[in-house]
Amino acid sequence: MAKRIDVSGLHVYYGDFMAVEDVSMTIEPRSVTAFIGSSGCGKSTFLRALNRMHEVTPGARADGKVLLDDLDIYGPDVDPVMVRGEIGMVFQKANPFPTMSIYDNVIAGAKLNNSRMSKSEADDLVEESLRGANLWEEVKDRLNKPGSGLSGGQQQRLCIARATAVKPSVLLMDEPCSALDPISTLAIEDLIHKMKEDYTIVIVTHNMQQAARVSDRTAFFNLSAPGKPGKLIEMGETNQMFTRPDKQETENYITGRFG
Amino acid sequence: MTTTDAPQAAPPPSGKRRIGDVVFAGLARSSGILILLILAGVAAFLIVQAWPSLSANTANFLTTMEWDANVRENPAFGVAALAFGTVLAATIALVLATPVAIGIALFIVYYAPRKLASLLGYLVDLLAAIPSVVYGLWGIGFLAPQLVSVFEGLSRYLGWIPLFAGPPSPSGRTILTAGVVLAVMILPIITAMSRDVFHQVPQGHREAALAMGATRWEMIRLAVLPFGKSGIVGGAMLGMGRALGETMAVAMILSPSLMVSWNLLQSGNQTIAGHIALQYPEATGYGVSALIAAGLVLFAITLIVNMAARYVVARGNKEA
Repeated sequence: MAKRIDVSGLHVYYGDFMAVEDVSMTIEPRSVTAFIGSSGCGKSTFLRALNRMHEVTPGARADGKVLLDDLDIYGPDVDPVMVRGEIGMVFQKANPFPTMSIYDNVIAGAKLNNSRMSKSEADDLVEESLRGANLWEEVKDRLNKPGSGLSGGQQQRLCIARATAVKPSVLLMDEPCSALDPISTLAIEDLIHKMKEDYTIVIVTHNMQQAARVSDRTAFFNLSAPGKPGKLIEMGETNQMFTRPDKQETENYITGRFG
Repeated sequence: MTTTDAPQAAPPPSGKRRIGDVVFAGLARSSGILILLILAGVAAFLIVQAWPSLSANTANFLTTMEWDANVRENPAFGVAALAFGTVLAATIALVLATPVAIGIALFIVYYAPRKLASLLGYLVDLLAAIPSVVYGLWGIGFLAPQLVSVFEGLSRYLGWIPLFAGPPSPSGRTILTAGVVLAVMILPIITAMSRDVFHQVPQGHREAALAMGATRWEMIRLAVLPFGKSGIVGGAMLGMGRALGETMAVAMILSPSLMVSWNLLQSGNQTIAGHIALQYPEATGYGVSALIAAGLVLFAITLIVNMAARYVVARGNKEA
């Protein structure tokens, strides 16, 4: 199920402005890769380019190659809708559909591809996805209540359940815990640990302890200068990145000397 | 330095009020009260003026269809046919205009390139600026004759539906024609309300849909329409309020007769507003008072529709 992502020479632009410059990296399947770096360094933009979500922003475009196993997701015949079905995404702000019940939220994406799903299939998928998101026990008695009635952390796990119900092979998470309290954050981190057995997970985070706790590999992004595009400075095993990084720039950031 | 300058700019001691605040608050408050007074004054005028004819009426005002009011004694008139025609015309307009308005709004917000979108939005707003007498002329002079052949087709193929039973009016000046004209007239209101609410759909909801592999239409279905529902309904109700009260275009298109007919292809139905406009110049005896009574009914219907719109919008806001 989990797939490898190979990025080579990826540039991302907003109109004429180059936001991310020449990034190449390999993201291993069944592992957690963390992107760290100061605000505005292009890590979220780069993340969104991995499932073509950046195309939602008017004027944004990407240049380069992104391979999902053998599939070039920027290939001429590739439909972005299909790419996003394979590479799911969870956002900074939990965004369950407010008018839908918990049940309908989980099933929403899966129903798009398979509208004739039987009731029992749907029930099974909802339970499986909610269990996968460590949320089943908390909501099983109120599946027909609106998703917006849950706490922030529960809403975020609901969004993770909704994303995984589509059966993607990769899950991109854009600062999924930045709006959550420490207990809810811990619940999501536990979940990430569990999910990496089945998925390739990429997480953008501002919290370096979090990167150190959840990730196997870490990539550090930075701006070469203010107003200049963001770049990948270095990438490596998380342990090594946090103890003896190759670049001085990385060490400065991690030890809190800037950013 | 700034601290030494500060005392001059410091707020006055608490308890003392600035003159500007007092004047502005007074102006705002009296404007607010004025609107209540105007509304109450209109209602009082209608009731007082309608009372002589209503008390002299020998027929049941709410259920009678005839309009025999231009007499000095024993008037017999009722608003049933007119109220029916009014609601029918407005409903036709609503049914025709709402889907088109939603389509235009979705196109403007989610499909059209930015330049085309702003041009289109401008053009739709321009529709609202056309005087209703011009719509009336367009209705009689162009639309009605053009629609005759459409009506013939409707009655031939869909004649088994009572609404389209025919035989169609040869002039084309029917309640359906009036409904089409009204639909064009209320299109801008519904489009503008829908467009505004579509613009407000949080980016997070739209991205949530797209990120799980939704196409643009699926994104609209999952995230945009549920969010915009109350705005669309509110816009439709406001449009209906306008259609109910629209006078000039309807009076020009419909012929002066009083029937209750579900047959949309024949002339015969009339609306309250159209009836008042056509009858007023010739009203004698109890006639004027009776027309004012009809106006009171229109006022009540419009008030109910607008309050319903408010209620729907307010309830939608609470949910979101």
